[in-house]
Amino acid sequence: MTRRIVAVTAGLSEPSSTRLLTDRLTEAVDRHVTAHGEAATVEVIELRPLAKLIADQMLTRFPSGELTAVVEKVISADALIAVTPVFTGSYSGLFKSFFDNLDVNALEGKPVLVAATAGSARHSLMIDHAMRPLFSYLHASVVPTGVLAATDDFGTPGLDRRIDRAAAELVSAVLGSVAGAAAGRSGFLPAEGEEREAGFTDRFDEVTDFAELLRRASS
Amino acid sequence: MEFGIFTVGDVTTDPTTGITPSENERIKATVAIAKKAEEVGLDVFATGEHHNPPFAAPANPPVLLANIAAQTERIVLSTSTTLITTNDPVRIAQDYAYLQHLSDGRMDLMMGRGNTGPVYPWFGKDIREGLNLAVENYALLRRLWTEENVTWEGKFRTPLQGFTSTPRPLDGIPPFVWHGSIRSPEIAEQAAFYGDGFFHNNIFWPLSHTKQMVNLYRRRYQHHGHGKHDQAIVGLGGQVFMRKNSQDAVREFRPYFDNAPVYGHGPSLEEFTRETPLTVGSPQQIIDRYATMADHVGDYQRQLFLMDHAGLPLKTVLEQLEILGGEVVPELRKIADARRPAHVPATAPRHAERLVALDGTPVEV
Repeated sequence: MTRRIVAVTAGLSEPSSTRLLTDRLTEAVDRHVTAHGEAATVEVIELRPLAKLIADQMLTRFPSGELTAVVEKVISADALIAVTPVFTGSYSGLFKSFFDNLDVNALEGKPVLVAATAGSARHSLMIDHAMRPLFSYLHASVVPTGVLAATDDFGTPGLDRRIDRAAAELVSAVLGSVAGAAAGRSGFLPAEGEEREAGFTDRFDEVTDFAELLRRASS
Repeated sequence: MEFGIFTVGDVTTDPTTGITPSENERIKATVAIAKKAEEVGLDVFATGEHHNPPFAAPANPPVLLANIAAQTERIVLSTSTTLITTNDPVRIAQDYAYLQHLSDGRMDLMMGRGNTGPVYPWFGKDIREGLNLAVENYALLRRLWTEENVTWEGKFRTPLQGFTSTPRPLDGIPPFVWHGSIRSPEIAEQAAFYGDGFFHNNIFWPLSHTKQMVNLYRRRYQHHGHGKHDQAIVGLGGQVFMRKNSQDAVREFRPYFDNAPVYGHGPSLEEFTRETPLTVGSPQQIIDRYATMADHVGDYQRQLFLMDHAGLPLKTVLEQLEILGGEVVPELRKIADARRPAHVPATAPRHAERLVALDGTPVEV
């Protein structure tokens, strides 16, 4: 079974060091999957070209245009790599907006590798103070090692080791979960002849019977 | 099929002139709009309920609807929505039954939970209990309308011992009820359980979403034994702006769109019309677009249009109603009547028809 891994990267400049870090992470993840004798596809999604559509979704509450397919890819991926530059002490607004737009259960149980780029290593704890709570709120399963790459880290072997370790953790989380993210969503079966709406996790195939709703209301 | 308008009663500055109507002007304009809706042959006028600026919609819709009932003959008066969560169900039972008498049964109402967070605490309620409030309050409301003598105890309101809600519903027939929801399957289930109508206010949503909510309601309507899925009572929202030439419509509406509450300063008019039911163009373009709605959700019973928002001046709104009632709705009505199978109801049950069904007494309509 080929695993589908999606990397979301929020770098703004061109070329972007955030993208550079993302590419090294995806390469390491691919390598670890192969080492286990398994196969994976890794797709990188740049948020920059989607910036306007992300702002639109903040106002309209539904994804439009190519953003719909992107959100759908993130929701249905077996694992996620999330990479942001550090802006003003935290993740970038664009990065946060993309995840703000997701349904609260969109990442439930999904293995996530968190990583960030920064001007200096003084920002290292941003990963733990900002990124982890964000993904905890979304009920994702964040791997223990977060990767922060300060500018001067790009010249040191320590970054390679952290990338390797985080990638190994993500891959073992992905391969360890029997059916990947789908396992936590058993029962998420589209009704006959009907599919889940792209970009949303709402399910309209099953509903709690009204007798139960009545009982709950007054209990 | 019924065609009408619904309003949220927003007091919004006209972005083209900078003029903001006073609350008094907005309230009087709402009455003028309702009267015009009847004059141009529309079937329904519905008002929202609001408790916060910038809205001049009534806090208790029967106040406005009773005033309109006194000045109209034919149009059905309704709500969009009545807050079943923060209102006392006893007051809903009494106020709407009173409106039913004043309007000779020319009314129905739509339940909604309300999405303005602070309204809940202002009325001593907890938004986290929103769904439970909607379920318990509505169950009590039905009993108040159908039972003369109610002894009741629940979680959210003080108990009732031997209580009779007055006035009793006209001819002993409670008003017809719709339930409005955009994303809550539980509310579609509630509507289906009781055999009530389900209204999807889709004006800000893609049709793919509307279709899913309506299909859920239809499936459950049949499950609960009220009829076949295609006989369930469905209503949709809509939003249009029309001029003889479509370019004129786009040019005139664009500043209102660009600055509108909710979606203003976001997607372009072109993007939003592609993704949602908003249609800006010639009357024929409106007809073409809305004639296809039933292809997605099945033959439905009520189509309400939002016409008076975003700062559009009264004069423009009245012109729009002339076009809607004069050119668009007659065509849409023809198309809907032609495609609807005989076993599918044309409208939500009206008071006069329900009275006939109840005891066979013919009534003058």
